[in-house]
Amino acid sequence: MKQLRSAAAGADFDVIRLGPASLRYRRRSLYVCGVLILAVTALAVLLLGTGSLSLKPVDVFTSLTGTGSNPVADRVLFQIRLPRVLTALLVGGALGASGAVFQSVSRNALGSPDIVGFTTGAATGAIVQILLFDAGALQTSLAAVLSGLASATLVFLLALKGGRMAVYNLVLSGIGLGAILSGLNTLLLIMGNLDQVASAQLWLAGSLSGRTWSHVWPAAIGVCVVLPFILAHARQLALMEMGDETATQLGIPVLRTRLVTILSAVALAAIATAAAGPISLIALAAPQIARRLTASPEVPVLSGALTGMGLLLGADYLVQHVPFGLYMPIGLTTGLLGSLYLLWLILQTDN
Amino acid sequence: MTDQGMACAETSLRRRAARPQLSLALCLLLLGLITVFSVTVGSRSLSLDTILQSICAFDPQNDEHLVVWSLRLPRLLIALLAGAALGVSGAIMQAITRNPLAEPGLLGVNAGAAAAVILAISLGGLTSMHQYVWWGFVGAGLAGAAVFLVGRGRAGSASPLRLVLVGAALSIALGSLTGIVVINAPTSALDDFRNWSAGALDGRDMDVVAVLGCCVAVGLLMCTTIASSLNAIALGDELSRALGADLRQVLVLACIAIMLLAGSATAAAGPIGFIGLMAPHLARHLTGPDQRWILLFSGLVAALLLLVADIIGRLISAPSEVAAGIVTTLVGGPVFLFIIRRFRAGSP
Repeated sequence: MKQLRSAAAGADFDVIRLGPASLRYRRRSLYVCGVLILAVTALAVLLLGTGSLSLKPVDVFTSLTGTGSNPVADRVLFQIRLPRVLTALLVGGALGASGAVFQSVSRNALGSPDIVGFTTGAATGAIVQILLFDAGALQTSLAAVLSGLASATLVFLLALKGGRMAVYNLVLSGIGLGAILSGLNTLLLIMGNLDQVASAQLWLAGSLSGRTWSHVWPAAIGVCVVLPFILAHARQLALMEMGDETATQLGIPVLRTRLVTILSAVALAAIATAAAGPISLIALAAPQIARRLTASPEVPVLSGALTGMGLLLGADYLVQHVPFGLYMPIGLTTGLLGSLYLLWLILQTDN
Repeated sequence: MTDQGMACAETSLRRRAARPQLSLALCLLLLGLITVFSVTVGSRSLSLDTILQSICAFDPQNDEHLVVWSLRLPRLLIALLAGAALGVSGAIMQAITRNPLAEPGLLGVNAGAAAAVILAISLGGLTSMHQYVWWGFVGAGLAGAAVFLVGRGRAGSASPLRLVLVGAALSIALGSLTGIVVINAPTSALDDFRNWSAGALDGRDMDVVAVLGCCVAVGLLMCTTIASSLNAIALGDELSRALGADLRQVLVLACIAIMLLAGSATAAAGPIGFIGLMAPHLARHLTGPDQRWILLFSGLVAALLLLVADIIGRLISAPSEVAAGIVTTLVGGPVFLFIIRRFRAGSP
């Protein structure tokens, strides 16, 4: 393995060459990712020790490595806290990466899985299940994912025209369908029985409590399958931000890349929604925060995912320490925290 | 170019120039007809004679006259004023941010009004629409002012992207706050709040109309002063500066106008989404890229949409009603989808 340090003045990236394969990375992105990984790990250990049975980081460590002497701590860790923390990690990461793709594809800082109608569609499915069929948790998240995917597919079909899919058409179709569905959601919530509406509100607020390994494994497998597609196309995505014509001239199959990346991003959002319900803002804020931290023109897939994990874990820690017996749903807490952080970040970077 | 080609280009130019006036006449005619229609329909149908009489010679003993003055007219005026306000503020928002996804709610007014209303319901124990309205005004105004002050930047530089981001961030913060309060409040508060948040036009009196009217009048006046600069802004920061547009001043005026227009509309009618987003796109299809026409048409189209939505909501499940905000999205959404599919989007 040979490491090349770029000789050009002012260039801030390194290249690793291994035979014919080479990997080019920005030094600052690497450092930022490293710091993010450390922060996420620290938060995860902190969360694993938090709860009615509080554990020191050392105890957490010994229990995790199987050398602990406290069977109660082992059971609490492996059956309650670890699934919850892992779900949070997977959901935060999936949403962060998904948002990075959507913001790149739509060339819009406000891009999120919502622009293809996914989030509103998922909410419609869940509300219908809860209000009309009085369904349980599993059916609700299944219905949410299916209806979210269905609305995203419908948006794609509406936006395809003559074998091409202009971003403008995609975004407008998403807004149109999203608006119809949100009207439908409001109508359902107004007509519904008040108790069921209250439980629908609870689902809409997202939750990490009561997660088990049956939430973790599907999400983990899903993320491991889907994320490589996005990573493999990250550079093409960045080039496509220069415009479809330029990208085509550079030899990028624009329509195929767009379809593959958006489908993968929708799949990530679906995985996250199935595991924890709708968690707001992470898909919007994580890529923005990551981009400001790395100060890089690349699509912040990995750094966005890591930021998403950090945000969700931080929110989860806060939720467990709320005073006055207030119930803070995780999905709304991320909204509150992430947006306040985004505001602070905007204030810091004057323009 | 051949002579024939020249002639073709000339006719198409002339046709393009003639189109706005024709569409304008059609829009106004349609608006007039629907306005009259909207006063006559309801759970009790009124004849045109009765309506004219009640306006020319009001008789406080006559039930039908009372219906016209205390129910139908306020409702009609709110629909027209709120619709126009949302449409024009949406067009301005899209113009100054050069973002076709921008909508007046991005200035935080919807979220601010909603947060103020839910706080008033759950902490203040308010239960009637008359009381919510004023809290809506306060919340919308505060949120709009906060977004504007934070978004303006320390150096006083005017960056639309920054404004959009600040607006989105504050909207989400307030939206999350609203959700947390709703979940922690008793279910009766949820019941009141879900009715407000549907965006209905009934149950408002002439006081609300008067305040809304004043805000909209001032807001529209400010819009007329910046309308021509918006054309320059569409060309980008550098070009518009070169053309002599004062970006900072335009942005300040635009923000205050949006705050007045969208804020008062949201306070008076509840959070009515989508119209402010959709109307400017429809207006662009009707007129082409001139912002002055787009502003005018956005107002007209939006007023028309909200009025039609209100009428449909009154008729579709009579004697009960579906809130206009819901109808707008349920009916406007498919229309919007049809239009963007049928016609190739010209601008952005």
